Amino acid sequence: MGVIEDYVARIEETCGEEKDFIVIFKYERKDEAVTKILRKAKIKKSISRIIFELTFQNFSFRLYGTGKAIFRNLKDKSELKRLLANLLS
Amino acid sequence: MDPYKIREDFPILKRKINNNPLIYFDNAATTQKPKQVIDAINEFYRNHNANVHRGVHTLSQEASELYEDAHEEVAKFINADSMEEIVFVRGTTEAINLVAYAWGLWNLKKGDEVLVTLMEHHSNIVPWELLSRINGFKVKYADVNDDGTLNYEAFENAISNKTRIVCLPQVSNVTGVVNDVKKIVKMAHEHDSLVLVDGAQSVPHLPVDVKDLDVDFLAFSGHKMLGPTGIGVLYAKREILESMEPFHGGGEMIKDVTFNTVTRRCSISWNDLPWKFEAGTPHICGGVGLMAAVRYLENIGMENVRLHEKMLTGYALRRMQELEKIKIYGPRDASSKCGIIPFGIAGLSSHDVALFLDHYGVMIRSGLHCAQPLHEKFKLKSSARASFYIYNTREEIDRFVEVLKEIE
Repeated sequence: MGVIEDYVARIEETCGEEKDFIVIFKYERKDEAVTKILRKAKIKKSISRIIFELTFQNFSFRLYGTGKAIFRNLKDKSELKRLLANLLS
Repeated sequence: MDPYKIREDFPILKRKINNNPLIYFDNAATTQKPKQVIDAINEFYRNHNANVHRGVHTLSQEASELYEDAHEEVAKFINADSMEEIVFVRGTTEAINLVAYAWGLWNLKKGDEVLVTLMEHHSNIVPWELLSRINGFKVKYADVNDDGTLNYEAFENAISNKTRIVCLPQVSNVTGVVNDVKKIVKMAHEHDSLVLVDGAQSVPHLPVDVKDLDVDFLAFSGHKMLGPTGIGVLYAKREILESMEPFHGGGEMIKDVTFNTVTRRCSISWNDLPWKFEAGTPHICGGVGLMAAVRYLENIGMENVRLHEKMLTGYALRRMQELEKIKIYGPRDASSKCGIIPFGIAGLSSHDVALFLDHYGVMIRSGLHCAQPLHEKFKLKSSARASFYIYNTREEIDRFVEVLKEIE
């Protein structure tokens, strides 16, 4: 999981019935992370080039130009880490 | 009051976020700090730092005086009788836990009831639910109306002679609704029940007079009223504090610990109020910072704080209603609430809204705001929440609405 440590600063898990994971990329590498993800995932929709609605390996998620992403409907954190590793490698 | 002049006291407001001027609308979570508070903390550590009480040297005397002055200042701020009624704690959560464990543990039993509301922050639910597992009493929940206001009729019906303590927020941290605490206190006292008020969202925003309200306990946090984190206040009527057992044991909270060589046990006598409830070395510089924050607010005047926030809230509610996809939760009348506006935008989660605003330097909170039962009542998975304070301006609200229009 080295690639996650390279790019990810924090992962916040939201509370409530539907658990979302908010991934915050390292400030100094956020642009690189966003570029990598946009290259790998398919863009479904973009709002003002600020929010990107993306799909990757049958999962939908949202990426923000500020270097943050929200992943929903994932089984657990390990599934998130697997996706992130593939997106960022 | 002049918010533009006030802003000059807050260094952080000069920051840019993503190349945009910072607009800080997350004041219900925590407030920014004026240089007067930052300087007071700095000055304490530079020139007066020592442990308080029972020290004979100059620095300890100075630190003790400052720490005691902080208690006096807070007592004056909420019109308590004396500093003996002011216990410094880590924050509102610890204040409520103190009441639960130092009063509730010893006074609540099977058959008793604790009455809370559905609009409670988790910090005024969980301590009672936890304690009920030990003592076997029942926690009852008073309903709220569909607009987020308290259902006083349901509240009255829920109080009985089994009710030993009634707990409610003076201001909801989700909707900003201001509850009629005096009315609830009257109902509760008629049933010989005590009243604990969560003042986390009220003490920083409106004039609060504990004598006028006649509350038995009032809990609030320093960091939501310009002070540092890690310092908060439990106010309690003196006779109640005197009758209570201590919360934590250790140094500072005792007068004597004498060892009996026959029984081989220690006998302990508690310190005077409020130190009986402040075990260990306290957060001295937190108290000093809180005193500076209270003085700052007193200089502005709490009536002025309230008026400014009411103006901002009314303006924001009007401007936000220009948006097509927005849904504002709770009452839309600024006079019945404090400066908190929860809302949602169709098709977007609250976190999406917050992250979009963040791109433009606007900081709001998203999620459940530690008030899941109220969100369940509203059938919401989460909400976005904008909350205002003394340094916010109408221009910031205009910018906030402009960004929301873009997201639509």
